[in-house]
Amino acid sequence: MLGEDASRVRGVVSSPVMHDSAFKHASGQAVYVDDISTSEACLHVYIAISTHAHANVGAVDFGVAWKSEGVVAVISADDIPGANDIGPVVSDEPLFAVGAAGGVVECEGQALFAVAATNFEAARTAAAKVVIDYDDLPALLTIEDAMAAQSWLEPPYKMTRGDVSAAMEASPNKIKGRINIGGQEHFYLEGQAALAIPGEDADVTVYCSSQHPTEIQHKVAGVLGVSFNAVTVEVRRMGGGFGGKETNGNLPAAAAALVAKRTGQAAKVCYDRDDDMIMTGKRHEFRIDYHVGFDDDGRVGSIIMDQAARCGWSHDLSLAICDRAMFHADNCYYLANVEINSYRCKTNTVSNTAFRGFGGPQGMVAIERIIDEIAFKLGKDPLEVRRVNFYAPHENMVSDRNVTPYHMKVEDCVIDEIVGELVVSSDYETRRTEITDWNAKQPLLKRGIALTPVKFGISFTKTHLNQAAALVHIYSDGSVHLNHGGTEMGQGLFIKVAQIVAEAFQIDIDRVKITPTNTGKAPNTSATAASSGTDLNGMAALDACQKIKKRLIDFASSEWGVAQDNVEFQSGCIRIGEDKIAFDALIAKAYLARVSLSATGFYATPKIEWDRATGTGRPFFYFAYGAAVSEVVIDPLTGEYRLLCVDILHDVGKSLNPAIDLGQIEGGFAQGAGWLTSEELVWDQAGRLKTHAPSTYKIPTASDRAPDMKIAIWKGGINREETIYRSKAVGEPPLMLGISVLMALSDAAANAMGRAHYPALDAPATPERMLQIITGGWG
Amino acid sequence: MRDTISFYLNGELKTLCGAAPTQTLLRYLREDEKLCGTKEGCAEGDCGACTVNVSTLAADGVVKREAINACIRFMPSLDGASITTVEGLARDSDAPHPVQRAMMDKDASQCGFCTPGFVMSLYTAYRNRTMLPLAVANDILAGNLCRCTGYGPILNAAEKIGHVAKTADQSDADRVELEQLSSLDHQELVEIEHGEARAYLPATSDQLAEIYAAHPDATLIAGATDVGLWVTKARRSLPKVIFLNRVRDLASIKCSEHELIIGAGVTYSDAIDILAQSYPGLGELVRRIGAVQVRNAGTIGGNIANGSPIGDMPPALIALNAKLVLRHGAHRRTLPLEDFFLAYGRQDRKPGEFVEAVRVPLNAAANELKCYKISKRFDQDISTLCGCFNISVSGGMVAAARIAFGGMAATPKRALSVEVALIGKRWDRSVVELAMQAFVKDYTPMSDMRGSADYRLCTAQNLLLKYFIESSAPLEQTRLVGYGNAFL
Repeated sequence: MLGEDASRVRGVVSSPVMHDSAFKHASGQAVYVDDISTSEACLHVYIAISTHAHANVGAVDFGVAWKSEGVVAVISADDIPGANDIGPVVSDEPLFAVGAAGGVVECEGQALFAVAATNFEAARTAAAKVVIDYDDLPALLTIEDAMAAQSWLEPPYKMTRGDVSAAMEASPNKIKGRINIGGQEHFYLEGQAALAIPGEDADVTVYCSSQHPTEIQHKVAGVLGVSFNAVTVEVRRMGGGFGGKETNGNLPAAAAALVAKRTGQAAKVCYDRDDDMIMTGKRHEFRIDYHVGFDDDGRVGSIIMDQAARCGWSHDLSLAICDRAMFHADNCYYLANVEINSYRCKTNTVSNTAFRGFGGPQGMVAIERIIDEIAFKLGKDPLEVRRVNFYAPHENMVSDRNVTPYHMKVEDCVIDEIVGELVVSSDYETRRTEITDWNAKQPLLKRGIALTPVKFGISFTKTHLNQAAALVHIYSDGSVHLNHGGTEMGQGLFIKVAQIVAEAFQIDIDRVKITPTNTGKAPNTSATAASSGTDLNGMAALDACQKIKKRLIDFASSEWGVAQDNVEFQSGCIRIGEDKIAFDALIAKAYLARVSLSATGFYATPKIEWDRATGTGRPFFYFAYGAAVSEVVIDPLTGEYRLLCVDILHDVGKSLNPAIDLGQIEGGFAQGAGWLTSEELVWDQAGRLKTHAPSTYKIPTASDRAPDMKIAIWKGGINREETIYRSKAVGEPPLMLGISVLMALSDAAANAMGRAHYPALDAPATPERMLQIITGGWG
Repeated sequence: MRDTISFYLNGELKTLCGAAPTQTLLRYLREDEKLCGTKEGCAEGDCGACTVNVSTLAADGVVKREAINACIRFMPSLDGASITTVEGLARDSDAPHPVQRAMMDKDASQCGFCTPGFVMSLYTAYRNRTMLPLAVANDILAGNLCRCTGYGPILNAAEKIGHVAKTADQSDADRVELEQLSSLDHQELVEIEHGEARAYLPATSDQLAEIYAAHPDATLIAGATDVGLWVTKARRSLPKVIFLNRVRDLASIKCSEHELIIGAGVTYSDAIDILAQSYPGLGELVRRIGAVQVRNAGTIGGNIANGSPIGDMPPALIALNAKLVLRHGAHRRTLPLEDFFLAYGRQDRKPGEFVEAVRVPLNAAANELKCYKISKRFDQDISTLCGCFNISVSGGMVAAARIAFGGMAATPKRALSVEVALIGKRWDRSVVELAMQAFVKDYTPMSDMRGSADYRLCTAQNLLLKYFIESSAPLEQTRLVGYGNAFL
């Protein structure tokens, strides 16, 4: 295709191309697991769940289910050929809690057994007929319960630096306080789903909605008692993930595969909304106690934070999540003397799991609250106190104010620069004055404003996970097949990696076929998580492209008799000496000359290391930064509020795709704001979740978006580390921009109270919590 | 009498014999028609992923195009309708429908699972030539949840769609739709057998009265916005049902100088304009009930007959002293709405008797009625509590007061002690503050996942104070959302 000039090569790096599935989404043609066409013989599997938080279960008679209409199989703990375990890190999660002899349940919503039938209703009806005889055991439901009982997944873990006691002693000002931070339901629109197709021998193929196909492969193989190579897992897309599909897909996939292998029929598990919300883990609820010493400028001299997290009944990913909460207890602030204690509470509630930010947001909320409270105590604008505490900027490496509580040097700090620009672009100072004036004139409503910063560490803190694999084929017609270990959950990973391939070969992105993630193509992959999808898989794909390019350059150089550095991939063609040849023409020639046109690619993040025993190292390759200003108005008589105006400036390094990145920023912000405002999880006294559907659990809707919302990618952004085209990860960091909403509500509450005392607002700040704080409690 | 139902699906005529009375449209689309573009997100009408366009012929011969939640819409109720699903729009990426085009151009999808529902909400607006400035778009989309985008790109797409719809020539589509709907129009009773189950679709209220008197054990279904959940969530089987949505004479609003007579089959969407004209506060309350899809299906009659303690409409209607008309066979009786609610889950309705109409007096001054719905989220949420105040002040004295709340007791209930503490007193802050103390005599609210008893009581008290403040301050200074607010 000679003449394909620069302007015609579409979709290379940094262009704002739309999501690859945009039309398929808008026309209903995007296929999700439950949409996959199956034969009529496909079985529908219902998972029966515990309705008690902690109980011994007596002998179970599954006969009634077997006799129920349409039932083909009933599968319990007795019917597992391999290990009855789906735990992602620690083997402490049975797939099914009960067999004929009974068993133990450790939370409401724990899977008991499965029924497979010719249709979903028949399976559910049959499961409901099985009588479960619960003999209740004492249940620890709350953080308070677990702390009192010292019920922890592991002993308390500490990070510390400096001399906390001496510095506290020396501090002229001190505060002590506590913040309770609620959990969060993922509310991906597509529930957990898996479809298993039995193959010959021990083989099974599982199509599922998972962020971690490799783990699904491992857990399915473990449950079936077969080696990993018998299990192939494929994920085309998820209808949202947000961390909720990092480990929680193990159960439906294992159950579907078990039924499929046992019956020889395809089998499908799709949780309905209520079951999904009851059965699957959520963002960890935290209780954080703090004791802070600070000087008259608000500079933190000494700080102790005790983080207690409700992990639920099993490990899942809780230890790493609690670690990340500690890693983000500093946010953007240099904490001169610091001690962070972490308590990983084991409770008889659903096992909490990854959720966008992975503990980081909870750690960050606490320090933002602390800074806010320091400012209140000193009568200063919180922004001023934030800025005096920022880590030293990257160009000032002589400063000693750049070491984190985990002894990693912050070498890339740009937060003060971003905040400085945002203060100007949002007109922060003027608006703060205007708000004060406005509030003075109002008979009822009060406004508040806050600017909060974000610094988020990028890399899996389990160092070995920072690896990725890709597979690139060029077919003899010049069309490209792209595959890698990352999964698409809406975040635009697939289009970004395709852009990287288009850029590498200088071809139109339409030539690059995006293909489903498949464990048969990219093996031993990590979860698409920790915001790392593009950093890892983009690099792996680039590596594969470079290998093929090298072969093509070798071929062209020898065929044309020119030096290798005289072969260049230009927009839409390859220049070989004086000649120009179209990409597909070169590929056709290379094929005939027996050049391999397929390559795997691999990437392992450099520089990182982490010693958990000493709490020292460099767990993160780099940090992503951003800041947001939120302005709210509240009704002090009802506690209701409205988000009015938001200004965001966010650092994505050099953007690979500004359209996708802006989408991540706004979506992340909204999810963070929702977490801290209307999204309230409520359990009853028996440990049963009462908010298990959108009628009772309220994620933001369109009108909750601020009518005045300005989002910008920071123009100064460039990754100081050698990441893929110097971009930065963008999946999780923007969620924490939503903390500005909580702080603005706190400001408005203080204004409503005449700034008489500090409104120690817990999250989520529902209208009820707002009214409670403003009125000083009930009664 | 007929034993089949007929409807158009994406322009194709479908006739079903023996449809299961409570098979949902969503199950039919996904399982029977293999049209999997329409998604199940919640099976309770709260997320909008299953939104489709349902067009029907109204009594006046005009086509009504509405966004509907397919997950809680039962198949027999679609007799005579024309359904458009996302598959009815463009299938070829080279020639997308303007709604699809706008969604793509504005980067309005991420994971894409909610997208077909958004597309269909916007498609309905497009077909109705609705301009979609932010406030309207927020309402049109309130029943569609998106967890990825934060809504900005979708709202941008909506704005564009509104402009395109204004100028696009849709006359062919309109003509075809009208022809198709007219061809299905009939006035016969439909009776469907499905095994032991029966579904009846009367066409007149006389037919309804007769059938219901003969089958008092049947479940009446109007919009199915609540009954739908009995099936999808509570998993109840309803062996005998009577659908009201074809009863045209129940779907009318009669307006006289003194009152509005709202037929029990009138949906919220049908009623909102005239209610807002009569009482702006009532219009705003209706705007906050469910979202468009729910208001398009749900009826005021169904809302009352259901007897929810929260009530949506009843607190406001009680504050206005509305009357309820009940009918059994040929016999009618009228009672004050507040007397209809006897206890939790129990209403003054005899077997075979149905709500025929609600009569809303027009004697209160338009702005004397103020309604306050308190919920965790403004749109598509159920009230934690809902307070409605109808207070007349004359010469600085409270001449009359009717105050009713939902969410404060087992039924929608008047605050009689508070009323007594106000009537005949000077309308000033000290009297109001004293009257606030009387709420404890009227209500002992409960705690649940929507709010604690303390919050409910404190807010109820404060709402009286808010009403007092609003009697002198303009709404721009007191309202956060909706009617009168200054923030959009």
